[in-house]
Amino acid sequence: MDVLEQGVGRLFTDPDADKARAFFRTKSRKLESKLMTVKDAVGKFAHDGDYLAIGGFGANRIPTAVCHELVRQGRKNMGFAGHTSTHDFQILCAGKIFNRCDIAYIIGLEARGLSPNARRYMESGDVEVCEWSNYSLSARLKAAAMGVSFVPTRNIMGTDTFKFSGAKVIQCPYTGTRYVAMPALFPDISAIHVHEADIYGNCRVRGITVSDLDLARASKRLIITAERIVHNDVIRSEPSYTVIPFYLVDAVCEVPYGSYPGNMYSEYFSDEEHLREWLKAEREPEEFKKFLDTHIYNCNDHFDYLEVNGGFAKMQQLRQKELMLLNNKR
Amino acid sequence: MAEYNTMELMICVASRELEDGASVGVGTGAPCAAVMLAQKTAAPNLLIMFEAGGVSPILPEMPISVGDSRTTWKAIMASGMCEIMETACRGMLDYTFLGGAQIDMYGNLNSTRIGADHQKPKVRLPGSGGANDFGSFAWRMMVMTPQDSKRFVEKCSYVTTPGWISGGDSRTRSGLAPGAGPYKIITNMAVMDFEPSSKRMRIVSINPGYVEKDVHDNCGFELLRAQKISETRAPSDEELRILREEVDPYRYIIGR
Repeated sequence: MDVLEQGVGRLFTDPDADKARAFFRTKSRKLESKLMTVKDAVGKFAHDGDYLAIGGFGANRIPTAVCHELVRQGRKNMGFAGHTSTHDFQILCAGKIFNRCDIAYIIGLEARGLSPNARRYMESGDVEVCEWSNYSLSARLKAAAMGVSFVPTRNIMGTDTFKFSGAKVIQCPYTGTRYVAMPALFPDISAIHVHEADIYGNCRVRGITVSDLDLARASKRLIITAERIVHNDVIRSEPSYTVIPFYLVDAVCEVPYGSYPGNMYSEYFSDEEHLREWLKAEREPEEFKKFLDTHIYNCNDHFDYLEVNGGFAKMQQLRQKELMLLNNKR
Repeated sequence: MAEYNTMELMICVASRELEDGASVGVGTGAPCAAVMLAQKTAAPNLLIMFEAGGVSPILPEMPISVGDSRTTWKAIMASGMCEIMETACRGMLDYTFLGGAQIDMYGNLNSTRIGADHQKPKVRLPGSGGANDFGSFAWRMMVMTPQDSKRFVEKCSYVTTPGWISGGDSRTRSGLAPGAGPYKIITNMAVMDFEPSSKRMRIVSINPGYVEKDVHDNCGFELLRAQKISETRAPSDEELRILREEVDPYRYIIGR
């Protein structure tokens, strides 16, 4: 098939579906407990240099504990899928854990403003970038989940977003229409936060799924953090609720309030006050160092982090806010 | 006539563009206020979609993220990004609202960087997010933005999201779906559309309190003029009441 146009960006991952098949052939299909701590999961499955993707949508249903642990364990030189990333991106930039980034949305925290530290990091020249859009990265994950090396899409053409991407334009063999061939994205390691999982990794998610169902299937290794561990009987009682099956999963960690300070659908709202503290602390690098010590480096785990930020009383307040039981002024 | 600020005016003008029964892909901020206002006035059956997967919520308050729980409050469906963008690509998304740090005469938008060096940019911005996708797929793309000549530029430092590219039929030739593209640009000073053959931005109405010279003086490129330039209709008392009491009671948007 002829390539009509090509972006100048570098592909940070190999889209070859045969190589992916060879890897997935070796992945365990055993129904066995994968329950472990976040510390062990990150230690075992996330390595320096790996390409990382994070589930959820920025500050909604994100695996905060995994992001903190990657920073605490000092991961370096990773690749990162900057797909719908906001607070997760902010955390990973604080640890400078990646040096190359596929960009769809970074630096910003939507209506909350821009992260000064993430911006400094991305303007430093230390991070190699390749441009995409949110749907482009969703489509790249979908191609990988399908087990093929690309899917056609009809976005980004005619723009610098295409020019600075690693994509190619091809022609449809049936109609002659021009399409972007979005290269499959197989992350080495991903982390997704879910509402419920059993010890084997069978997962249930409520609310929006963003791109997580494809992300789970595209990833070579997958860490699940869950609000609650449920018995396998619960999963088997309603199999239609299972959206991520166990054979995609390498580690299962029970992390209540695991998306904090992000929002978790029908569980708790985002802690806007704490997210503002992050943005404020980032303005002064020295101040930010102290802030990171308090909130990440001097914490052993997510429980410590929750304690530092108001513990159970705060969580109860956010839960009531999520369910619209309170006056919701932010 | 009631007192109002320019943000309130822009929200009211934008909301009137959305007819009942249409579909709209929306983000946070002023566009979301416009959509909520439309839903509470002339367009109760407006189909609202959020890129992260929320479909047709009954928005109880202003979402702070396009993926937060409010985007699925009493919604029809909680889906995902591919579901929304593929629906748009199939041709079922009528409107979207986008924005950026820069816009040019063809409605191309920059939300990626200022400066020439891509790997070490002078100012790095968030990037496309879902903007390029909505801008590629939606039949009619609209922009709500304050107007000045730093924002309305001859040439964007970087084109994140497609407008009419370089005018004429260049957008279709690039491979994007025919018939879709920029539709209205709503600023604090005026409302613009695009001349049908050149696809250049042109003034169609001037907001109360401004004269045509203001609009030209605050634009970095030559604006075309519609045959008849009217005065933009000011917000009604009823629109303002709903906007202030029901849409944005804490003034997150209209207080800016």
